[in-house]
Order: sequence, then C-alpha cells, then structure tokens
Amino acid sequence: MELICTLIVFLPLVGSIGAGLFDVTRKTAHRLTIVSVGTSFFLSAYIFKLVALDGILPFSNNSSNVLTLYQWMTLGKINLEIGFLVDALTAMMMVTVTFVSWMVHIYTIGYMKDDEHNWLNNSLAGKYSYQRFFSYISLFTFSMLMLVMSNNFLQLFFGWEAVGLVSYLLIGFWLQRDTAVYANLKAFLVNRVGDFGFLLGIAAVLMYFNTLDYKEVFLLAPSLENLNIEIFPGSEWSAITVICILLFIGAMGKSAQVPLHVWLPDSMEGPTPISALIHAATMVTAGIFMVARMSPLYELSSTALSFILIIGATTALFMGFLGLVQHDIKRVVAYSTLSQLGYMTVALGASAYTAGVFHLMTHAFFKALLFLGAGSVIIAMHHEQDMRKMGGLRKYLPITYITTLLGSLALIGTPFFSGFFSKDAIIEVVHFADTQGRFGAGFAYIALLLGVFITALYSFRMFFLTFHGKERMDEHTKEHLHEPPFVVTVPLVLLAIPSVFIGGLALETMLYSDFFKSSIYIMQEHQAFHDYHGVVSFVLHGLTQPPFWLALAGVLTAYFLYIQWTELPALIQARFSTIHSILMDKYGFDRFNDWFIAGGARKIGNVFSAIGDMKIIDGFFVNGTANVVGVFSQIFRRMQTGLLYQYAFSMIIGLLVLLVWFVHF
Amino acid sequence: MSAELPLLSLLIWLPILGGIWVLTQSKENEDAPAVKPIALTIALLTFLFSLPLYFYFDVSTASMQFEEKLPWIKALNTHYHLGVDGISMPLILLTTFITVLVILSAWDVIKHRVAQYMAAFLIMEGLMNGVFAALDAMLFYVFWEAMLVPMFIIIGVWGGVNRIYAAVKFFLYTFLGSVLMLIAFLYMYKESGGQFGILDFHQLHLSSTAQTLIFLAFLAAFAVKVPMWPVHTWLPDAHVEAPTGGSVVLAAIMLKMGTYGFLRFSLPITPQASQELAWLIILLSLIAVVYIGFVALVQQDMKKLIAYSSISHMGFVTLGFFIIFSIMANTQSVDIAAMGVEGALIQMISHGFISGALFLCVGVLYDRLHSRQISSYGGVANTMPRFAMFAVLFAMANAGLPGTSGFVGEFMVILSSYQANFWIAFLAATTLILGAAYTLWMIKRVIYGVIPEDKLETVGRLSDINARETFILLILAIAVLFFGIWPEPLQNVMHVSVVNLIEHVTISK
Repeated sequence: MELICTLIVFLPLVGSIGAGLFDVTRKTAHRLTIVSVGTSFFLSAYIFKLVALDGILPFSNNSSNVLTLYQWMTLGKINLEIGFLVDALTAMMMVTVTFVSWMVHIYTIGYMKDDEHNWLNNSLAGKYSYQRFFSYISLFTFSMLMLVMSNNFLQLFFGWEAVGLVSYLLIGFWLQRDTAVYANLKAFLVNRVGDFGFLLGIAAVLMYFNTLDYKEVFLLAPSLENLNIEIFPGSEWSAITVICILLFIGAMGKSAQVPLHVWLPDSMEGPTPISALIHAATMVTAGIFMVARMSPLYELSSTALSFILIIGATTALFMGFLGLVQHDIKRVVAYSTLSQLGYMTVALGASAYTAGVFHLMTHAFFKALLFLGAGSVIIAMHHEQDMRKMGGLRKYLPITYITTLLGSLALIGTPFFSGFFSKDAIIEVVHFADTQGRFGAGFAYIALLLGVFITALYSFRMFFLTFHGKERMDEHTKEHLHEPPFVVTVPLVLLAIPSVFIGGLALETMLYSDFFKSSIYIMQEHQAFHDYHGVVSFVLHGLTQPPFWLALAGVLTAYFLYIQWTELPALIQARFSTIHSILMDKYGFDRFNDWFIAGGARKIGNVFSAIGDMKIIDGFFVNGTANVVGVFSQIFRRMQTGLLYQYAFSMIIGLLVLLVWFVHF
Repeated sequence: MSAELPLLSLLIWLPILGGIWVLTQSKENEDAPAVKPIALTIALLTFLFSLPLYFYFDVSTASMQFEEKLPWIKALNTHYHLGVDGISMPLILLTTFITVLVILSAWDVIKHRVAQYMAAFLIMEGLMNGVFAALDAMLFYVFWEAMLVPMFIIIGVWGGVNRIYAAVKFFLYTFLGSVLMLIAFLYMYKESGGQFGILDFHQLHLSSTAQTLIFLAFLAAFAVKVPMWPVHTWLPDAHVEAPTGGSVVLAAIMLKMGTYGFLRFSLPITPQASQELAWLIILLSLIAVVYIGFVALVQQDMKKLIAYSSISHMGFVTLGFFIIFSIMANTQSVDIAAMGVEGALIQMISHGFISGALFLCVGVLYDRLHSRQISSYGGVANTMPRFAMFAVLFAMANAGLPGTSGFVGEFMVILSSYQANFWIAFLAATTLILGAAYTLWMIKRVIYGVIPEDKLETVGRLSDINARETFILLILAIAVLFFGIWPEPLQNVMHVSVVNLIEHVTISK
C-alpha cells in the first residue's frame, strides 16, 4: 500500500502542476484535476476500509503504519524525514478531505464558468484564472494531505504553512479587489502569529524529546510528565504544558480561535468554493486535527486542556452572536464556522478528542454544503451576497433550497441529522468534564448551551431571509433567476447525503468503539463515552436534554422574527442599539488590530528608521566622523602652503624641540 | 582526493584572466557586442569547473581538499595555499552559479561600457573564489581587499544618481574594518613564529587578552561586511545606487564573506574570546532580526527594503554561529550545536538565491519604468502575470515558507537556539511575523490590486518578462525549491567540517 498512499498525496500535486504551469485549455485543466483528486478519493476510501475498518497496518507487509519517503536531513542522531503515518485518524481525515475537495472541484466548473467577467480592463491575470483556480485547489488538496498524513513535526509544519499559502493565494484570487488583497495579507499574517507559537512548540519538542518523530515523542511523553522548567524567572511550568500551549497557539491561528479569529470572516473575499473547502471543511480544522493527533501530549497537561476549553467556549459563544447581525450570506456562514470550530475546540479541551474529530467530520460535510448552497444562491443572484436583496428564492432554486435546509438542520442539531450526534456528544462530554472538576468546563457548558440557541437562530434567520418572505431583489435579477447547472447541484446533493446520515452511521464506531485505537489516547479517568444503547436511544435521551429544546426555541424565534413579525428585528435593533453596534463592530478586534498592531508596527518602524538609522547612526556617527575628518583636514590643509621658507621654519622649530627633549630627558 | 587539475586555481584565474581579456576587446568599439558571448562562456566554464568540487568532494573528512600549496613570498614565508572544506566549498559554487546569472541578467540592459561591466564581474568572481579558497592569511587579505575594487567601480560607474556617495561610503566602511584585521594577522604572524597559514593560526594558544583584542579586530572587519547592526547603514545606500548585477553579487555573495570570516577566523582562532563575547554577537544578531525587521517594514524603496531584509536574514547566520557555546553548556549535544551552524550556513546559501532573485525582480521592474519606489507601481500582476508568479514565490521564500530554501536555515537556527535559551528563540522567531509582514506588504502594494488610474500609462503598458528573464528567474526558483524540499545534499557536505569546527572551538581549547 506504499504506492497507493504515495499516489493519494501526489496525484493532486500532479494535477495542480499540469493545470497551473502549462498552457492548457479550461477543459483539460478541470478534467485533469478532477480525475486526479477523484482517484485520490477512491484510493483514500480503499485505505480507509483496510486501515480503519479492517484494522490492517498498511506498510512494510502489514507490519507498520509508518512509511519513510526520504531523508530530509540527518544531524547525528536526529533524523528529519518526510513520511506518512496512516492510522484510523489519518484515514478518516484523508477520506473527508478528498471527498469534500472532489465535490468542490466539480462545483467549481459551474461557479467559475463566467470568471472572465470578474476581471476588469483586460487584465492578463484574468486570462488563465479558471485554470489557475483549479491548480490552486488541487495544490491545496496536496498540502492538506501532507499535513494529515505526516509522521513528524517537520512535515506537519510544512503542510501547515503550505495550506496557509494556498489560502493566501485563494483569498486574494481576485487580486484586483482591494478588499481581497487586504484580506489575504491579513489572513497570512494572523496565521503567522499562530505559527510563531507553533514553531516554538516544535522547538520545545525537539529540546525535550530530542526527536521530531511522532511515535518516539508519544512513547517518551509519560516520562516527561514531571519535568518542570522555568520560562519566566521564578515561575515553574511543566514542560509538557509549555509545549502543548505553544502548539495550541498555532491551532488558534489556523482554526481561528479568539483572538486570532479575525482573519476568517475577511477570508470570505475569496471565491465561494474555497470558502467551502478551505475555510469551512478542511484547512480550518487542521488545528483540531493537530491537537487530536497530539492527544498523548495533551492528556498529560490539564492546564493546557483548561486553556483550550476556555478559548474554545469563548469562540463558540461570542462568534455565534456576530452571526446574528450580518447581512452578507457568506459572512453568516463564516461566523457559524467560527462558532462550530469553538465547539470542536471545547471537545478537545474536555479530553474528548474523538468527539472533536467526529464533529470535525460531520461539520466538514454540512458546512461545505451550506457554503456551496450559499454559492449557488450567489450565482443565481449574479454575485449579490446581501440577504436584504434576496427573499423568496425557494421557488426559483428548489434543489438549493432543500439541500440548504438539510444542511441547516444538520448544523443546528436536529435529531437524527449528523450534527445532532456530534454536537450532543460534545455537550455531554463537557458536562462530564465539569463533574470531574476540570477548570473552565462549567463556563464552557453554559456557553455551548447558549450557543445552541444562537446557532439555530442565525441559521434560520439566514434561511428565512434568503428563501422565504418577500422577494426583495430588483426586476432584472428576478428575470434571470434559475437553478444553476448540474455541476453545481450534484455536489450539493452528494454533500447533503452525508450531512444527514453520517452522524448516525458513524456514532457507534467513532465514539463508542475502539475505532481510533492507538491514534488517539485518552486517559482512563477522562473517558466519557461508555454505555451505548443504539442510535434511537441516543436520540431519545437527547430529546430530554436542554440542547434540543434550545435549538427548537432558536428556530421558532427566527420564524417569528423573520417570517411572522418582520418589523420586529428593526425595533429590537433600535432598542438595543449599543449592543447592536458592538456586534457590528465585531467587539472592536479589527479596529484594535489596525490601530494598535498594524499602526504601532509602522510607527516603531518609522522611529527606528528615521531616528535610529538616519539620525543617530548615519547622521551622528558616520557622517559625523566624516565631518570631523573633514574639519581636521581643513586645518592640516592650511599647512601645505607650498612656501619653502615656511617648511624650513617648521623644520628648524621641530629640530629645536627634539633637541631640547633629548637633552633634558 | 586531490584532483590532477589545479581546480581552485582555475576557478580563480580563469575568470580573472578572462575578464582582463574581455577588457582588451573593448578598445575600438564601445558597444562590443561580441564580448557578451565571450563573458558568458567564461562564466559558464568557471561554473562547470566548480561542479567537480561538489561531486568529488569527500564528505567523510574535515580536512582541506583540492589543496594547492606553492611558496609565494619567501621573505615573509607566505604561501599560495588554496583548499576547501565543507564550509567554503558550497560558497564557491554559489559564487560561480550567481555570476552566470548576473552576466545573463545584464545581457541587453547594460548599454554603455558593456565590456568593462562584464569584465568587472568576471574579475570579481575570481577574487571572491580566492577569498573562499585561500588558506594563507596574506593571500586571503589580498583577495579580500582586491575584491572591493571592482565592486567600487561597478557602483561608481554604472550606479544611480547618488552613486559616488554610496561607493565611497561602501569603500571606507569596509576598508577601515579590514585594516584592523591586517593588524591581527601581523600579530599572529609574530606569535606563530613567522607564518601566515590560516590552519596554523587555528592551533595557536593565545592569551585571553590577545584573544579578546584579535576577536574585536576581526569583528570590526567582519561585522561591517555582514553587515551587523550598527555598522549596517552602508548596505542600503550601496544597494540603492548599485546596478542590478552589483546588488545581486553584493547581497548574494559579498555579505557572506563576513560570516565566512567568523567561521574561518574568529571562532577557531579565538575560541575563548568568542565564548566570552558570544552574548554580544547574539545581542547584535537579535537586534538585526527585530529592529531591522521593523525598519524594513516602512521602506518606500524596494531595493532598500530588500537590503534591510538581507541584514535581518544575515542576523540568523551570526546567531546560528554564536549560540553554539550556550547550546554546548546546556545540552552537551554537538548535534544540536551543529544544527545551529549548519542552519546558518544553509541560510547563507539560500539567502544568496533568494536575495539575488529579489534584486533581479526589482531589476526587471526598474529596467522598464526606471523607478524603485513602491508607490510607482500597483497591480503589476495585471500586465505581468508570469513575473508576478515568480515575485510571489521569491517573496514567500524570503518570508521563510517551508518547501523553499528560506525556511531551512531559519528553522534550524530557531530550533537550535531554543536549546540555548527560550527567549533567544522567541525573539528570533519574530521573523516569522516581521519577515512575512514587510515582504508581503510590498508584494501587495506592487503586484496586487487594479492598476491605479494615474499609472495606466506606465504600469498599464508593462510587458511581461521575456524568455531570458524567465530563464534566470526559473533557474533560481528551481534552486530555491530544490533545497527547500531536499536540503540534505547541501547539509551533508558541510556536516563533518562543522562538527569538527565545533569540537575544536568548544572542547579542545
């Protein structure tokens, strides 16, 4: 299976190079990439069956799950290599990534069909934009696979930054738009802040484990549990806690956790297919995946877990609020993604890595579906994204309508839909962690419960505003409203299927069986999922719990506000104008960053440059020295008069002085 | 494994003599179109002759290879002594490689005194190879100073408006430092009983006062070349005024002479002083990374920005060299110390590719619009998509993206410096943010966006890079990606020499 795994990773790269660097037609570009990513998906599914379901070790004649591709560098006893670790967790990620990516590839044919209209003034950059887009999303698939299949921290960091690069290129895809090139720089830099911590975390791993290989690190981890180090003078920290928190800072950047979340809403400047693929289903979940992968480390640090719990809960609740006031359909989904990433993070903080990864998977399907649904609406509306200009689209876009409804139901956690199982599991487990006395779990539990109501409210606000109610678009748009072509709707349908069913199907396997085996480690006393009595009893239990009723209340509130009494939202907004303006201001994060961080850095730079370099070093020292030399030379130059009697005179004086000196001393 | 052919001599004298011959070709005809192919052939031949250095290099030994030794000045007991180890050999390859591209980049850009221009670069190539290959201090000193002359001329003749100020500043700065180095050489000549062999200097047991003084003398010479804060201000001026080729050689090769000096002279000759004063170098390196990073952020001139970025990146090199003492004190691990030094060496090579490429990119724009100001551009991707692709690639490499060579050195230095001290690694790692900020912000303003209304006549009429320009950038792109994806071929050749050096410096004092 060495060959198969290698093919899975490198086929998308081949597709990307073929579509991007060679002068190919549109048809060749999309065929090449779709076939290569599609093949990757089927091969991944095959690996998934063998590795995750049948429990076979894939490499070295079924004796190992680690494969080394090549030696990146050897430093004495430290080996840095490029290779794969394929276990159940990896296999699950591979299938999710390649499937969503494949759907997005197909969908893109429809979405980017008229892309030439998005480019002004005969820009040459727009000439091959269609091919370039396919090249980028295939490159993304390659990078993401490198990330999830890595067997060491070096390659993890490669994948980590490579997906960041593609995200940068794709957010700024329409590079003529100022907002897009602002957003992509912002995304890259905010991610770099996270990577700053992440790299230090990797450095710490090398320091204390003397290797960057996952398996060796996990094997050694328990022996370092009691090692304390001093970072700030006078305060002792557990080495594992330091490593875990540093690595998690990386995850906060990539998975957009407060306060490094600011880039994700702006990333919506990119074309919708990548919002679905990168900024909802896959890349942003890399942080979640990473923490789950590092579970043998995180389990050893309850401090780090509590930190994660609090960050995640804050993100889950407060980003949800922001979804309530957005007018742009994509931004609603974006804030919803932030909030759901918060849920996953909370699960990690509660030691329920399996639940976090389970929600990651279900979310990948229904959130990709919601984004692609939003994209379908945007195509039909001729690239209008403001929900205030939509309404009543139900009858024009029946497939989009139904699939979006299914996605929304999955998102809010309707019983039997996939989101229900994963979200309920997280809330249960946080409750469990609270009873166990984990710091922060009480706050997280309340935040998540409130979040359920908010999720339902903003989801159905969006749904009702878009598909129901008065038709608020202009006549011209209305005339052209029709369901987009089948390349757009088929992926919607194919994504709707797992959005509905995958949760119930995978519940027992992923949470209540030994599916992940050694790939995720949870201490005995942290394990929350014990007695399983089947899907139906899980659902029946769920019906007695607050989340279900909160979600129902959220939908009903949305119904009353946006279908029944449509004047009410404006009144509420006027009544609570302070709160509304805080929400519209996104709690002031962006303003603060622009003013303090971006502005401050420029100010420091200017001071250093104008005063440090120009005034002090160049002005005072360099040119000062030159001036002093100049002054002296002016004086000495006067002596070179060229008059013989003056020279003779000074010679005699000199001789006299020397003579006196010799005689006296 | 000494080859029959005196390869190192060939690498020094072929370009020098070739350069002189090119010079003689220019007398009658100012334009002398024929000299271009001749110059290119000489550069290519030199590059080809440098390849055996790599392929016949014995990676299992730290001793000098391809040695040549002839008596030079009997009275002074100096020798014409050449040789390379794993530290200097990659730098010679870098020199021969970059020179080919520089000659090619001037092809139809330099319009007046073509022969002299080409000759200056060829002669400089030979002299730089001499610096890296010399094993006799006098010989080293001669090459070291002689090298300044062609660069001085390149800036002074083909430079911009303010070229005289820049050329003189460059010359005085670097010359003042090297005078102190000469005094140190003379002192060691006396101490070692009348010889100039660099390897003999390594064996000297000097008193701690002598070590400190010699270390400071070397520091004066090398810190200016690197350049380290606060003696760095000549570099932005020199770059701004130098023609593209001059900037490329300056950034890609000449800066490495300073860091090479630390490794060849300061550390092995004055190990005790190096250890005692390591804190100073580490401090200056971190200032280079952080302070210069901020200065780079606000530059309005693209060349200045890249020049400051060079200073910041070279800070990693000096950092990687001088953290070995703390690493050895903390961990006793030669592997980790070697990681720092090798990271620094890889950073030197990689910075040669990346800064060279970035200056060539600015050159491409400057040739078309005759402006280096960021504000003169905007939306270049709309008219030059192929160029934009390369520019973004090299910018990413400059920001240290994994998969490019820019990542490898920074990664290794940050990881090893963590083992010296958490806060050193912390400050060094800020380059992840600062480096990305100043590089990509420039890219955003130059490459992205729509072409502004007032620039439709300038930027709007730009033509994309031609085949020659594409070829040059493509070669560099391949190099940047190759060593990013697989740095082992580069790191492998230096490993034994580096380990030997670290053991010499930290253990066998």
